[in-house]
Amino acid sequence: MRTLDENETTQVFEKIFKFTGNNLKNIVESPSHEGPDPEPGRYCFRLNKNRVYYVGESLVRRATNVGRQNLVSLGTCIGKFTKGGSFHLTIQSLGILAANAKHKVWLKPTSEMSFLYGNHVLKGGLGRITDSINPGDGVVVFSMSDVPLGFGIATKSTQDCRKLDPNGIVVLHQADIGEYLRMEDDL
Amino acid sequence: MVELRYEITQTAYIKLVLHALKHKTAAVNGILLGRVSDHKGSTVVEIEDSVPLFHSHLGLLPNLEISLILLDNKKLEVLSKGKDRSPVMQLFTRDTSKSWKASSSIDDGSSRLVTKEPSANAVLLDYISSEKWQDIVDFDDHLDDISNANGPNVRQFIPDPQEKEKKGVNPDKTLAVGRRRKPPHPLKFVILSRCNIGLMGAPLLKKKVAKVGKPPPNKKLKNDLFRKKKSKKDDILEASESQSDSEVREVQSESDGEDGGSDFESGASSSGDDPLADDFLQGGGDEEGISGSDADSDESDIEKQARVLDERRAQEEEDAEAEMQLNIKDESDEFRLPTEKELELAEQGPPDLPNIQRRIQEIVRVLSNFKVLKQEGTTRKNYMEQLKKDLASYYGYNEFLIGVLVEMFPPVELVELIEAYEKPRPICLRTNTLKTRRRDLADVLINRGVNLDPLSKWSKVGLVVYDSQVPIGATPEYMAGYYMLQSASSFLPVMALAPQEKERVVDMAAAPGGKTTYIAALMKNSGMIFANEMKAQRLKSLTANLHRMGVTNTIVCNYDGKELPKVLGPNSVDRVLLDAPCSGTGVISKDESVKTSKSSVDIQDCAFLQKQLILAAIDMVDANSKSGGYIVYSTCSIMVLENEAVIDYALRKRDVKLVPCGLDFGRPGFIRFREHRFHPSLEKTRRFYPHVHNMDGFFVAKLKKMSNIKPNSVLSAPSEAGELPSVDGEDDGKNIEEARPHLDVTENGSKKNKGVLENGGIKSKEERNPVSGEKRKREKGKFPSKEEISRTREEKREYLREKMTSEKARK
Repeated sequence: MRTLDENETTQVFEKIFKFTGNNLKNIVESPSHEGPDPEPGRYCFRLNKNRVYYVGESLVRRATNVGRQNLVSLGTCIGKFTKGGSFHLTIQSLGILAANAKHKVWLKPTSEMSFLYGNHVLKGGLGRITDSINPGDGVVVFSMSDVPLGFGIATKSTQDCRKLDPNGIVVLHQADIGEYLRMEDDL
Repeated sequence: MVELRYEITQTAYIKLVLHALKHKTAAVNGILLGRVSDHKGSTVVEIEDSVPLFHSHLGLLPNLEISLILLDNKKLEVLSKGKDRSPVMQLFTRDTSKSWKASSSIDDGSSRLVTKEPSANAVLLDYISSEKWQDIVDFDDHLDDISNANGPNVRQFIPDPQEKEKKGVNPDKTLAVGRRRKPPHPLKFVILSRCNIGLMGAPLLKKKVAKVGKPPPNKKLKNDLFRKKKSKKDDILEASESQSDSEVREVQSESDGEDGGSDFESGASSSGDDPLADDFLQGGGDEEGISGSDADSDESDIEKQARVLDERRAQEEEDAEAEMQLNIKDESDEFRLPTEKELELAEQGPPDLPNIQRRIQEIVRVLSNFKVLKQEGTTRKNYMEQLKKDLASYYGYNEFLIGVLVEMFPPVELVELIEAYEKPRPICLRTNTLKTRRRDLADVLINRGVNLDPLSKWSKVGLVVYDSQVPIGATPEYMAGYYMLQSASSFLPVMALAPQEKERVVDMAAAPGGKTTYIAALMKNSGMIFANEMKAQRLKSLTANLHRMGVTNTIVCNYDGKELPKVLGPNSVDRVLLDAPCSGTGVISKDESVKTSKSSVDIQDCAFLQKQLILAAIDMVDANSKSGGYIVYSTCSIMVLENEAVIDYALRKRDVKLVPCGLDFGRPGFIRFREHRFHPSLEKTRRFYPHVHNMDGFFVAKLKKMSNIKPNSVLSAPSEAGELPSVDGEDDGKNIEEARPHLDVTENGSKKNKGVLENGGIKSKEERNPVSGEKRKREKGKFPSKEEISRTREEKREYLREKMTSEKARK
């Protein structure tokens, strides 16, 4: 387990920024109540075996006891670095993203299952959408009952979405909670 | 609904209207029979016939249901009539959702309904003027006046193109309106049971017979018979179900005119083919023979015959009963154990399962009242032996397991337990309080079509699932981490552990993570959890579950549980949960292979491992922690060796004591069992059984660490002072344990270890309170004298030598 270096940190923050915008500050600076210490510490990012973890400081300190081979997971995994060196966010980061998301999309009940199978979000399945979405922004997908289902990249701005035909793709799928069942081994 | 046009034939139309006319003051119900056909591009419903059903019941559902059930047409469209001549019609269609929904209501029937024959209205007027509607008969009419019981003739046909369909209404009395057309597709009609006692008029019969032209001779005979039996009709009405049913059930009531005649006739002739016709032809003919018109006939002969028949039947029944009783008595009084010959015979062929089961029950019965019921010359042991064999072969257990179970439970409970193992326990799920509440989750799941209930009063987060329309492990709520599928017994150790916020907790065998996530939920994501799992392939599911449920305070590591104290440091955590790997004898209902695969060596190996793990667990806990200092040990096994024996061992090895688990249901653990004698505080542990608590077999014990010392001689007797010396200071306890796995199990083995530690304690580098250690030693006797010291040293050396040789020998 080690801290992220400059390059890696920028990559991670960039990806998160797409989804959260200025709320990134919240993520980095929120107090952490984990750990047995009475005062809340801060959160930090650690890298272990190509996976990036978002974990409170007190946990990190105590996790140093655990050997590198034996440490499997700390706190929350938010993503991993591919062999080519790029960073991808995984579905386990949904909790953090959903809490701080700038751009949100709500799906109709009929198209929930389709998204959970890994398909993109079509215009016909769209219930609500926040304003001021630009193409290429990160979007968190919710169900109508405000359950976060996953996240993706927006293809069109909010205005353009309105003009789309019902089969047009609105959000490109990146990760969804169905992956916990489909791809448990790859997480 | 698609726009449908309805074309109604003259027959049906007129019957319909006249029926309504007859009962001007009541709501009338009937069935229209027809078919849907497509021609000229539009869908048309052609209504062939109508069956007037009731006029006296507004609450038509039961009767309607019966009649509809019998109608063998899946796609049934029913136009049920409302009151008045101008029907306010409601169309009910049966679609696949099996609910009757009103498809449309037509204010004026004529707008959708078209009569095929335009002359219908004219004929109708004619009939009305001639008051023909008096003659319409429906199913309820017999209630008004018994002599009027010429109900509709509905008769089920095995489709035979030769046979003609019958109509709905008694043709004799009614309007044989219109000519009977042979419809292109045969319609099926059904006998309405018990609704009518359709009786045919003799004149009609004759008429029909005449028409057909070939009255079979037997029929005439029947006619006579039937006429005589006509008064039986009354009997039938009031007679016992059993009799009348058989008579009445497949009553073949006549239908109108020609059809009826030919029907009956053909029915009669084909009684061989038509299974329904059968004997009931007699009965049917019965009714037919006796018409309403012919009320007085000679009853006594028929009655006598009937009585004779009844008596005979009753006699036969009695005889049968008596015989059965006799047989049962014979068997039960003379239950005896099978002799060797019988056993041999039985072994040659395939096992006779019902016989074995019967024998099991018999033996249990005998054993429960042994003095009275036992067979001469046999002992209890013989019965038990036979019982063991039978249970093993019937349920598929191996000898060892059955032997163990027999030792633990009395026969009646034993059978209950084994039966309970055959069935699965109900599926439970646990609400994730980090994300939702049980009430909300239950609502959402019920909306999805899951049939569930709160688990019990001892759990605020549990739900039990009875059945579900959607896969319960794949709902969006599951994927969002709102609940976890977990068996009810797995709630118990975490409830016993009761972790507080901001504590440090270790879960030593955490996969797949149900208990770990429960701990995190109870701690509300504060504090810290170390989730350890030894097997790498189970780690994936553990991490996945942790992330799915939104647990953020956990560190997952991959160690052997015995090494954990070294990694985390001794005396460093507040609570430890050890859900030890075990033989799995409590979860046989989930895994049947346990029945045959476990042997005494397996159990001993498990017990050995568990003892090591529990010592490691105890060593990790800090006795001086502010809020903690607890260890919970649980297994999913019912073996005493894996449960009470392990706890007893821990009590002797470390300074811990048992505290109440906080689970007030559940049986207390054993204090003594066969040759074992355990510490009396073991009654604070809890055992759970499938046949008592309806959850998997489980054992839970909660220990509190009193101090951080590793005591050596707390409970050993003074005589052991000179026994086997220890090998080396620090790891003596552990090494000896590892070197002698099989001796651990027995009392003797542990005594030796105690002796070892006592001496090894002198050299122990463990943090000790020297005062208390000395005090303990002095308790037993004086300071060992010089000779004693030298003697012990000699023995130590000898022992070392022996150990070396024995190890070499082993390898």
